[in-house]
Amino acid sequence: MAAILSVEGVSKRFATSEGPVHAIDNVSFAVRSGEFVSVIGPSGCGKSTLFNIIGGLIDGHEGRVAVNGEEVKGPHRAVGMVFQEESAFPWRTTLENVAFPLEIAGMGKAERLARARDLVKLVGLEGFENRYPSEMSGGMRQRSSLARTLAFSPQVLLMDEPFAALDEQTRLLLGDKILQIQQQLKQTTLLITHNIAEAVQLSDRVLVMTYRPGRIKRVIEIDLPRPRSSAVLGSDAFGHYVATVWKDLREEASLGLSESEAALGHRH
Amino acid sequence: MAATDGASPNFAQRAAPILAGVLTLAALALLWQAVCQLGYINKFVAPAPLDIARSFPSLFIDENLAGRFLQTFGETFLSAGLAVAVGIPLGWFLHHKKLAGLAFESWVGGLAAAPLVLAYPLFLVLFGRNTATIVAMSFLSGLPAMVLKTKEGLDGTKRVLVNVGLSFGLKPATLFRKILLPAAMPSIANGVRLALILALINVVGVEFLINLGGLGELIDGLAQRWELAGMFGAILFVILTSVAFFWTTARVEKWFRPHG
Repeated sequence: MAAILSVEGVSKRFATSEGPVHAIDNVSFAVRSGEFVSVIGPSGCGKSTLFNIIGGLIDGHEGRVAVNGEEVKGPHRAVGMVFQEESAFPWRTTLENVAFPLEIAGMGKAERLARARDLVKLVGLEGFENRYPSEMSGGMRQRSSLARTLAFSPQVLLMDEPFAALDEQTRLLLGDKILQIQQQLKQTTLLITHNIAEAVQLSDRVLVMTYRPGRIKRVIEIDLPRPRSSAVLGSDAFGHYVATVWKDLREEASLGLSESEAALGHRH
Repeated sequence: MAATDGASPNFAQRAAPILAGVLTLAALALLWQAVCQLGYINKFVAPAPLDIARSFPSLFIDENLAGRFLQTFGETFLSAGLAVAVGIPLGWFLHHKKLAGLAFESWVGGLAAAPLVLAYPLFLVLFGRNTATIVAMSFLSGLPAMVLKTKEGLDGTKRVLVNVGLSFGLKPATLFRKILLPAAMPSIANGVRLALILALINVVGVEFLINLGGLGELIDGLAQRWELAGMFGAILFVILTSVAFFWTTARVEKWFRPHG
């Protein structure tokens, strides 16, 4: 199957007060239509930088990002983004939040609310259409944001640690919901995460990144049967994949930890 | 008892703080009345609360309190409206142009702290002894709050909300209208409230200083005639008007945006 998203030789350097930081270096990979790919790496490996580059939110990088062969030079109609931080608009109800991209696109009110209702149902928020974000839990707010991005009908769904702020049980249940949605919509998805179990549970492939500068260290194919759910966590194969990813990641995570501790030592 | 379980407070819980405030005021008024009646305070220095209350019919009938209120009210709304109309774009400009924000924010803060009312002779020269002077001075006194609160609200908008808009391909004008403005609205509403109150204070102050209509002139006239009960009554009326402005704008904001 042809690649819908391609990342070719992407590098990014930042100027900081402590000198230039080489965030990511020569990152290349492709995501096929309908595929679920996770990018995993230690803190500080440039995962979020990569997310922002693919989403077109930061520029000034080397290399090329393309969706369906069209180069991404800014926010792109084909890429929908779900952010790590809570991003539901606090002044809008769930339904109004989900309908937001349709409103921007100029869709009629009745049509966009009907479409938004379908998506609210899809993410399991039926009955909470008229609730404001402040009246819902963190997991519900993230589902509302996910539904809003899906309303945009993106060809590629880009998610940056969307469950990072949630507790483990909610995270597992939302993983099930993501799997169900992915199964239903055949949505091409790229997930940025630092959670190994989450990456293995959800993905067809896991790309392991090195610590700074972030490079693709290894690509691991996850050959677990679909449809999946969190029940897969108990299987031997799942344990094997988690161990495989951790084997690659451990060295990088240790490096990251040592560097951050050394940096703290210098400051004091 | 505090509503700690997330449930809405019941009527008694909602009424308790208001009742506590009203009872405290009533107790202070009673104390004041007692002190006056016992002769500890000369009634030509501070009239008793009951005398102040008795002055209200005369204020309405003989001194045209309602008409004067409407004049002050109109000047206040005009001044505050101008401060809002000019302050929001200026606040946006200081937010949008970082260099301008860094360069001028402290100047605007300085203007907010300056006793502008002392510059009334200059405004009299510029505009003459008329409503324009009152409106111009009151507009300038409300403007800094509006500019600073708009900038504060826009600066405080979570970056992720802006990124959501950008990811949906919003153009700058739509981004401002659909995301930045609603996100900054609580702070802007505070600015409107402050502009309104500051404009009212200034309108009354300048009316008092230049003896030109409204509640300010009434207070000055009553003071000149040594009608202290009426003067205190008029001052009380200004205070109550200010409280009513504050309360009304807070309610309107809550009505428009029940959940922040």
